[in-house]
Amino acid sequence: MIDSIVKPKKISAVFKKQIKDTFKNKMTLIQFVMFPLLALIFTEAIAKGQQDLPNTFFVTMFSSIYVGMVPMVNMAAIISEEKEQNTLKALMLANVKPYQYLTGTGTYVFMLCIIGAVMFGLIGGYGGMVFMKFIAAMLCGIVLSLLLGSAVGMLSKNQMSATAIVIPVSMILAFLPMIATFNSSFESVSRFLYTQQIKYLLSNPKEMIMTLERFLIMGGNLLIFLGVFIFAYRKG
Amino acid sequence: MDKIITMNHVKKIFDKVTALEDINCSVMRGEIFGLLGPSGAGKTTIINILTGQMSMTEGQARIFDVSTKHLMDRHYAKIGMMLEDSGIYKRLSVHDNLLIFAEIYGVPKSRISDVLKKVGLIDSAKKQVEKLSKGMMQRLILARSILNQPEILFLDEPTSGLDPATASGIHEFLFSLRDQGTTIFLTTHNMEEADRLCDHIALLNTGRIVEYGTPKELCHRHQTNKSIRILLNDAEVMLLPNEKASAAKIAALFENNSVMSIHSSEPNLEAVFMKLTGRKLS
Repeated sequence: MIDSIVKPKKISAVFKKQIKDTFKNKMTLIQFVMFPLLALIFTEAIAKGQQDLPNTFFVTMFSSIYVGMVPMVNMAAIISEEKEQNTLKALMLANVKPYQYLTGTGTYVFMLCIIGAVMFGLIGGYGGMVFMKFIAAMLCGIVLSLLLGSAVGMLSKNQMSATAIVIPVSMILAFLPMIATFNSSFESVSRFLYTQQIKYLLSNPKEMIMTLERFLIMGGNLLIFLGVFIFAYRKG
Repeated sequence: MDKIITMNHVKKIFDKVTALEDINCSVMRGEIFGLLGPSGAGKTTIINILTGQMSMTEGQARIFDVSTKHLMDRHYAKIGMMLEDSGIYKRLSVHDNLLIFAEIYGVPKSRISDVLKKVGLIDSAKKQVEKLSKGMMQRLILARSILNQPEILFLDEPTSGLDPATASGIHEFLFSLRDQGTTIFLTTHNMEEADRLCDHIALLNTGRIVEYGTPKELCHRHQTNKSIRILLNDAEVMLLPNEKASAAKIAALFENNSVMSIHSSEPNLEAVFMKLTGRKLS
């Protein structure tokens, strides 16, 4: 029954294709490891030597940037490249449904992001339940970014136009929470972004509290992105 | 033979511009059918409608006796497509490109070697697509389109931009597919290709089918200037009207042993198209 509705074979074919394609284009892998690597270097070189800076300062900062940037940029880049190269059309002509393609590609990006999230958790030195909470908070952000990245990819005709949209959007989502760390007046705006809320959660995974306000902001972001995604899905 | 594709009064309007008008034709199972027309005539639009990628404004189009508006997975499983803008994964190898689609179609992996042998790419299976020539890429797309052993194969300008030797190789391959029972629906603006390949052709001009039949039928139907072309031993060319009165002259030439070759001069599809539309095909 599930097989006839979801067609996991097609989803799995898209997923495998993406993995093979990535290993032929290793530059894309750099994006997934760059931020954990930066977090490691900054933690070891700066945070651990400074008494007034928490050891996890750079882990929190880079992980929230990672959440706002990497899934979105990658998802948009993959979809727009497939559109530009007409390979997406080839898949559609083989009767791969858009949702099957998005599930296969999204799963691939999601899994790579999980590896990044685990790396951040290990660099932060979290263990047990705290580690699980940290990963769960990151995954929430990754899903939201994936949704937005998919929408941008579907709305863009080619990689150039996708980049023109995704870079400024991801800069705002990823860097505004970081700027808000140093300038509290930015926080009055950034608190309405899911990335800021994720940063709040990531900065204190031991006492991770899902307040009503946090839930409403993240839920609101999710609804907006879902709206954009559905619009893009129908249009694309 | 039964009809595998039918189109009745198909009309397509894009933003108030009529792209197709009253298209009526049918394709028999197991034949090579050619849609011949210049760029912009509406050939690709017809393929897009027949493959369910585009809806028509009016009329009916059916494949396997099913409306193209209601094609389902089981119908697509019997259709192969090689369209002009079909993309290939350039970073992947020839084999990996086909492997993706073998998994999508649910065909065994052994089929990949079979089709690569058929299109002459078996020795390049591990080659990265980026390193292939245009002709090899075209053959790879052709291999992909027959991976699912389709009953109908749609080919949009299959030999466009290829050298004559590669094009000829593809022609031979299409004949072998036809002989195995595959129905081939191709578009081209190359009249020699249409003449050589097609069992039936439709001439398409500005969204209308202006003539339909076998290539020979069309040429004979529009043969206005019937003549006999005689090449004499001294390299002189003599044109005589194709009528009884010429017989005596030809006999005299043969008696003098001065004929090198003799041919009837028949119009080709290019001339037929020109006569019907006042336009050139390419």
